[in-house]
Amino acid sequence: MKAAVLVFPGSNCDRDLAVAFRAAGFVTEMVWHKETALPEGVDVVGVPGGFSYGDYLRCGAIAARSPIARALVAHAERGGYVFAPCNGFQILCEAGLLPGALLRNAGLKYICRTVPLRVEETESAFTAGYARNQVIDIPIAHHDGNYTVDDETLRRLNAEGRIPFRYVATPNGAKDGIAGVLSKNRRVLGMMPHPERAIDPLQGGSDGAALFRGLAQALVAA
Amino acid sequence: MKAKVTVMLKDGVLDPPGEAVRHALGAMGFDEVEGVRQGKLIELDLAKGTTEADVIAMCEKLLANTVIESYRIEM
Repeated sequence: MKAAVLVFPGSNCDRDLAVAFRAAGFVTEMVWHKETALPEGVDVVGVPGGFSYGDYLRCGAIAARSPIARALVAHAERGGYVFAPCNGFQILCEAGLLPGALLRNAGLKYICRTVPLRVEETESAFTAGYARNQVIDIPIAHHDGNYTVDDETLRRLNAEGRIPFRYVATPNGAKDGIAGVLSKNRRVLGMMPHPERAIDPLQGGSDGAALFRGLAQALVAA
Repeated sequence: MKAKVTVMLKDGVLDPPGEAVRHALGAMGFDEVEGVRQGKLIELDLAKGTTEADVIAMCEKLLANTVIESYRIEM
């Protein structure tokens, strides 16, 4: 099982993400944004949190047009797994891999704290390790996590069960309390919270570990 | 030649920074302000012969996120 973690100038959760993948049994490689191809045999691409390109223009906008982004899109289109927390979620929306966009938090403040999320969909590799309606504590740390999407797309996301995580109490104004979104084939997950920062009790919580274990189990079974 | 691209959030998309500016103006006594929308102005220095269609392509592909933003071009 092989995971690649993309690294952009300004990424700051890339090593946390690599540690979380390794803890779940992945061999992990870091891939610089100027690369044009992913390493051979990559099963999962991690798009990390941080402030890629200083959030210039829009969060994730420049990263979504970087050389490695083309390889990322091709990987997703081939049916590869992609896990993208925080800035990664913003990058996937900018790249068109997930619908919607992330706006400035409704309260205008950068929010950094652990929040409860409700797991609403368990039919994905990322969420198979949780029980439906389980509430998990996961850290958030963002200024632009206010998810927005047009109403028709929102209806489709709901109907297709593509909203695996919702905030119990929405901290950032996100439409319908949406904390994360799955792709149509359920193999691409973008979410504002940081499960990779909650994989070990030493971090203050380990509710995020099941996400990485679930992904590993799906690959072993495949 | 130059082009000016104005990028604004679409109508109906909440603009929290614009709202904050509106509140601040109201608090300063500018009671006549009924709404504020904040956007970006991007100035491009372009080689001779660049067409408006080229600038539209730049807007569609990078300068605006058309999910939430609209743009206006002045050449």
